[in-house]
Amino acid sequence: MPDLLIELFSEEIPARMQTRAADDLKKLVTDGLVEAGLTYAGAAAFSTPRRLALSLDGLSAESPKLKEEKKGPPIDGNPKAIMGYMRSLGMEAPDSWYADKIDALRTGEVITFSESSILFVQEVKGKRVLMATLEYLPRTAADIIAEVLEKTIRNFPWPKSMRWGDGPLKWVRPLHSIICILSDDAGAQVVPVDIDGIASGDRTRGHRFLAPDAFSVTGFDDYEAKLKRANVILRADERAELIWHDATNQAFALGLEVVEDRGLLAEVAGLVEWPVVLLGQIADDFLGLPPELLQTSMKEHQKFFSVRNPKTSRIERFVTVANMETADHGATILAGNQKVLFARLADAKFFWENDLRVAKAGMDPWLESLSNVTFHNKLGSQKDRIDRIAALAREIAPAVGADPDLAEQAARVAKADLSSEMVYEFPELQGLMGRYYATEAGLDASVAAACQEHYSPLGPSDDVPTAPVSVAVALADKIDTLTGFWAIDEKPTGSKDPFALRRAALGVIRLVLENGNKVPLTAAIDGHGQQRFSVVGIPLHKDRSLTETISANAFDLLSFFHDRLKVFLKDKGIRHDIIDACIAMPGNDDLTLLVKRAEALAATLATDDGENLIQGFKRANNILTQAEEKDGVEYSYGADIKFAEDDAEKALFVALDAADAKIAPAMAAEDFSTAMAAMAAIRPAVDAFFTDVQVNADSQVLRRNRLNLLSRIRNICLSVADLTKIEG
Amino acid sequence: MADKPRSFQEIILRLQTYWASKGCAILQPYDMEVGAGTFHPATTLRALGSKAWAAAYVQPSRRPTDGRYGENPNRLQHYYQYQVLIKPSPPDLQELYLGSLKAIGIDASLHDIRFVEDDWESPTLGAWGLGWEVWCDGMEVSQFTYFQQVGGYDCKPVSGELTYGLERLAMYILGVDHVMDMSFNDPQSPSPLTYRDVFKQTEEEYARWNFDVADTDILLQHFKDAEAECQRILEQPAEDPKTGKRIIMAHPAYDQCIKASHLFNLLDARGVISVTERQAYIGRVRALAKQCADAFVQTEAGGAAA
Repeated sequence: MPDLLIELFSEEIPARMQTRAADDLKKLVTDGLVEAGLTYAGAAAFSTPRRLALSLDGLSAESPKLKEEKKGPPIDGNPKAIMGYMRSLGMEAPDSWYADKIDALRTGEVITFSESSILFVQEVKGKRVLMATLEYLPRTAADIIAEVLEKTIRNFPWPKSMRWGDGPLKWVRPLHSIICILSDDAGAQVVPVDIDGIASGDRTRGHRFLAPDAFSVTGFDDYEAKLKRANVILRADERAELIWHDATNQAFALGLEVVEDRGLLAEVAGLVEWPVVLLGQIADDFLGLPPELLQTSMKEHQKFFSVRNPKTSRIERFVTVANMETADHGATILAGNQKVLFARLADAKFFWENDLRVAKAGMDPWLESLSNVTFHNKLGSQKDRIDRIAALAREIAPAVGADPDLAEQAARVAKADLSSEMVYEFPELQGLMGRYYATEAGLDASVAAACQEHYSPLGPSDDVPTAPVSVAVALADKIDTLTGFWAIDEKPTGSKDPFALRRAALGVIRLVLENGNKVPLTAAIDGHGQQRFSVVGIPLHKDRSLTETISANAFDLLSFFHDRLKVFLKDKGIRHDIIDACIAMPGNDDLTLLVKRAEALAATLATDDGENLIQGFKRANNILTQAEEKDGVEYSYGADIKFAEDDAEKALFVALDAADAKIAPAMAAEDFSTAMAAMAAIRPAVDAFFTDVQVNADSQVLRRNRLNLLSRIRNICLSVADLTKIEG
Repeated sequence: MADKPRSFQEIILRLQTYWASKGCAILQPYDMEVGAGTFHPATTLRALGSKAWAAAYVQPSRRPTDGRYGENPNRLQHYYQYQVLIKPSPPDLQELYLGSLKAIGIDASLHDIRFVEDDWESPTLGAWGLGWEVWCDGMEVSQFTYFQQVGGYDCKPVSGELTYGLERLAMYILGVDHVMDMSFNDPQSPSPLTYRDVFKQTEEEYARWNFDVADTDILLQHFKDAEAECQRILEQPAEDPKTGKRIIMAHPAYDQCIKASHLFNLLDARGVISVTERQAYIGRVRALAKQCADAFVQTEAGGAAA
């Protein structure tokens, strides 16, 4: 059982593409080999900035003999079709030859072709059709590998690939050499592959500067060991571990800690073949900058790790990872990096100090300049948008327990930092900078916090703000965005959601639910939306005003919220039919109420009584609906216990009275659990009634009274949720 | 030659000598205002077509919005790029490039030199390529690009393009923190000149003109004129009525495209182009570049049969 080693050696592969490329190499090659009939015991793929490698062990030496049946056309059919079929099997001959063979086949002769494949006539479902049994001879592993590797290289799924020189081949960057060797106890053997002049061999190179000479390898173990001697660590996880270990050790020695950043670690491990960790200084001038700012600037521009003093939480040093060992132990490299950082941070400090001046003076120039920034050409400027959010935040504030003045103020300044120099330079710092600037402007702490928190939650795993002012602004921002884009008909479709409206809707849902707030969405979208958007004054449709458009879309937007809510609750184990039953009830734009109802209903349906009551309800509803259709009247009032004959019937009256007495006040108090428990409690009486009593009695008095009684069951059940929507 | 260069001009001279020794034609700067060395027809147009090409040159470049009155240590509205274009890109282009760093005093055994992904795109030229920014000890010292398309045409063969930002690179090699402090010529010479002596005053003058004085109405008119002239040139019949020769005027037309591009940059610096208009202007320049490319590929230098 031989082992296979492949290496594709190129110019520097972008760090972000390496891991995926190694996986793709493994998948494409192993899939290709398996499809051709080979088997293998194990496979592992590797990547460095200059190479992709694949190691397969326990590969079968050749593919097995394979047989395949291939059905052809009827032997008595069109001779052209028969000839075409025979050609497709690889039988090439003059036309007259086929005629002879077709005659022979008709008489039952079996024709042997390409070694041991056979062609004959067989009866299938009463028809005499041609049938071939094709035999594929074993192919050597080398033969198959050469074919699969060439196909893999020519069709490699790089996110972006390029040509170079005057060749047509595409690779992520110029491809220089290919190792493709099969090795077993007898030794290693190159599998010959030639791709546009790049011939496979058994040679590679080490580190670009530390060990540039070419060398031969005999198999994977030899390859990995020789690479290490040539200053290349093949495994990305080994490089990452080494970097993290050295970095934390060096920081620890100074009583400091490295700020963890998995993404950066993976990226840096993809930028070096031979990591050398260097700990550098940040000039004193910059230690007063916000730590997040230092961290972002160092990471984005220089790919440095931040090193923090755990006592003060300040960023005091940095770690850079070089790809080089030098005689001066990295002194020149570190000095160069420090110098570059100095220039970067000098820029950042310049922006920060300019921004602080504007912030301390109240941020007015920023707010003014936002009127020149278009939010969306149909929805006005950022300033228009802020006016709308401020108005809505004030409106929503009481519902979320926030001071309306503070909520409005927070909404007015929450986007101010978008005009700051710092956020222009580092867009990812939006919000955070706003918080610093609002604090500098002397605004209330809750307002400053809202500047940062109103963007949240950004994703399903992001925390939801809880501070009332933040919640008010976060809701206003998202609801306004949704109302606006709905009004101009920019709704998400399929996989397209360029304005992240699904995320905004989910944000509203989580903000409302996790804080337990009662926010009537219809008012926020429709009535208040009309007021807010009337200031934009852009006609959206030829024949409809903006306010009419908003109104017309309000119902559709509420349905969108409900759809997102179904997805959200489904993940929490609540069935869609339960939600539908609750959406059908009044007050469905109050999501907290809606979910409370759904949760209570789900809990009730999970009980024995609840589950069975649904059957009772459905039976009552069916009988009643049929009778109402037949009689043309509605049985909705007048069931009287004095007409009750049967004990079960009397008992049901008592049970319904008891339920009514509990349900009405519980519903008024929005105590759905109590209401639904009271509803479920009628189940034994309902079951007994259906067992012992015949509704459609001969006596019309009894029948009418009983139908009216069923109507009471229906009313009780429909008063908590629309149980007709429940499935099963 | 001393191991370390002592002045800005020595770095330029060493690059010239090095690339000449590697077979490049050492061209002179293009005599028009451009935003980057790529605009030189020796790059833009010569990257098109099938003919082999190898050229290197210094290109003075202007970016009006980057003007800081000569006060910012790293930003200038007028600066120099060193540009190398070789077609087809040779297989050892990375090694050739590293050799050029060695020639200007960057010893690869002492520094950390890295090729970090950076794809290049010029919306105004309708061009893109893949490559890297080259880092030396964390500082970007060059752009390294394999051209894939120019003027909407696939580059066949592919050109390899190297661009060195000369001031930044020189400041690094010479250990200078402010560009104005850098020695322009040999500091030991009888009349030592710094970058300040040569360019501080012009940085101030141009910054004032670029930001506050340039007449935007005139600039707008010039832009329209350049656009119209470019198209008028390209509309001429291929056969010259006077000489009877086939003369497609790709280069004169391209000059107008360069003019339009620079005028757009000036208008941008004057702050009279809104965000939405910006895209439209870039699109207009790109349309000119595309038409110039269409014309060039029909000429002999552009690979058309003579």
